[in-house]
Amino acid sequence: MLILDCPCCGRAADETELEGGGEAHLTRFGPGASDDDFERYLFLRGNPKGVHFERWRHAYGCGKWFLAARCTTTLEVFGTYAAQTTAPPPEIVAAIKARRPNWEAPV
Amino acid sequence: MRRYSAFAIAREALRHHKGWERAWRSPEPRPRYDAIIVGAGGHGLATAYFLGKNHGLKNVAIIEKGWLGGGNTGRNTTIIRSNYLQDPSAAIYEKARSLYETISQDLNYNVMFSPRGVIMLAQTHHEVRGYQRTAHANALQGVQTEWIGPERVKELCPIINLDGPRYPVLGGLWQARGGTARHDAVAWGYARACSAMGMDIIQQCEVTGVRSSNGQVMGVETTKGPIDCDKLGVVVAGHSGVLAEMAGFRLPIESVSLQALVSEPIKPCMDVVVMANTVHGYMSQSDKGEMVIGGGTDGYNNYTQRGSFHHVEETVRALIETFPMISRLKMLRQWGGIVDVTGDRSPIISKTPLGNCFINCGWGTGGFKAIPGSGWAMAELMAKGGSTLADAFSLDRFREGRFIDESVAAGVAH
Repeated sequence: MLILDCPCCGRAADETELEGGGEAHLTRFGPGASDDDFERYLFLRGNPKGVHFERWRHAYGCGKWFLAARCTTTLEVFGTYAAQTTAPPPEIVAAIKARRPNWEAPV
Repeated sequence: MRRYSAFAIAREALRHHKGWERAWRSPEPRPRYDAIIVGAGGHGLATAYFLGKNHGLKNVAIIEKGWLGGGNTGRNTTIIRSNYLQDPSAAIYEKARSLYETISQDLNYNVMFSPRGVIMLAQTHHEVRGYQRTAHANALQGVQTEWIGPERVKELCPIINLDGPRYPVLGGLWQARGGTARHDAVAWGYARACSAMGMDIIQQCEVTGVRSSNGQVMGVETTKGPIDCDKLGVVVAGHSGVLAEMAGFRLPIESVSLQALVSEPIKPCMDVVVMANTVHGYMSQSDKGEMVIGGGTDGYNNYTQRGSFHHVEETVRALIETFPMISRLKMLRQWGGIVDVTGDRSPIISKTPLGNCFINCGWGTGGFKAIPGSGWAMAELMAKGGSTLADAFSLDRFREGRFIDESVAAGVAH
């Protein structure tokens, strides 16, 4: 069972308490954006086999959103962090590099 | 290819079964093919089969990372139906269902297609209205379905409990010509027919890169060396995102794990397929007597072919409410497959941003039923550049907002 530490309330939450929210760090586009940007924001996903940054909501706990770095093949969790970020923080990147030396951040 | 027949069984019985030949060859790859299909599952093999049969393109290789039919083709719950709401879906799934009716004769391979009928239960008033609408839509589409009341549901499936405390059965959408088939046999039958046409099925060969020049596909890099091709068809279900990255584009797809399980075998008790979408469980009985049960998808991206335990618990809980007699059955096996889910729950059969590279993916939780129709449409698209069955399922529908929204019509794994 997948267990994530909620950085908002500090509790270790198992997946029945959580709701997945899909890929994190998407650049949002609104009115006036080009079709390409809008398609990329709304639909196109990296869907990596390996390290994945994703949004979660502690739905049956504190109810708040947070982000997690997780491996989609081993379900290993590299860490969770606040949702108010636009890129993974250095300590999360370091935790991933420690376990996956060849990993490179997606562009 | 030596044909299978009653006579062949008698002939081989007389000579100690020493004359059976292998169903397909396992050659080493040649340096170049007219077309390469990546993925020897049902959809990939059906694509190759119809490229040869309908379009005369027989210099084809089908490349498979693992073994033939070892992905979702061997992991699904074998349900075949075509009772979809939207016109493009009804067209392609009904094409597939009708091809299943004659597939054993066409391939000279018994896929054990059993048109035993499929009921989708309505357990809320919303579902009653939804399925009545689908039945009307199907009548216009030429798909034979029927709205039936609870008494008829009980008649078709006596083991069902109509008066569940939370979700009583209010009726159902009945497709008498739907059913099940032996899933492995579909892959094996197509593989044998492809091999007989001279196509090369190359197993244990992983594609590691896609080679291109001036925006046109040139070939693929594999663990057995580079192979050139004029046209490339990517038919790899859950791993579509991985292949798309190699080819240099993104897809509107996320891969999740979908589970299924089977019980210990019991005597025949249920000769239809029942799907209960509100409580999220579906069940049929295999010819061996096992109850085949479909579960839910995980709520997050993963490639584990395993799935979360609590989904099994939810599915089994729902099915025990609906079929109380199964409450003491032991479960024999549980497994997961990686399904590729699109935003509108409809597949993608399309050209891609890379020239002469085509993709067939996004069948999500319900691809097995579509195998022959999907192969038919994908082959036509690859051979002619367009297909009446496939055109609505193009990749640019997301950019243009032309969704084929089946998430409301069958918002359940199937």
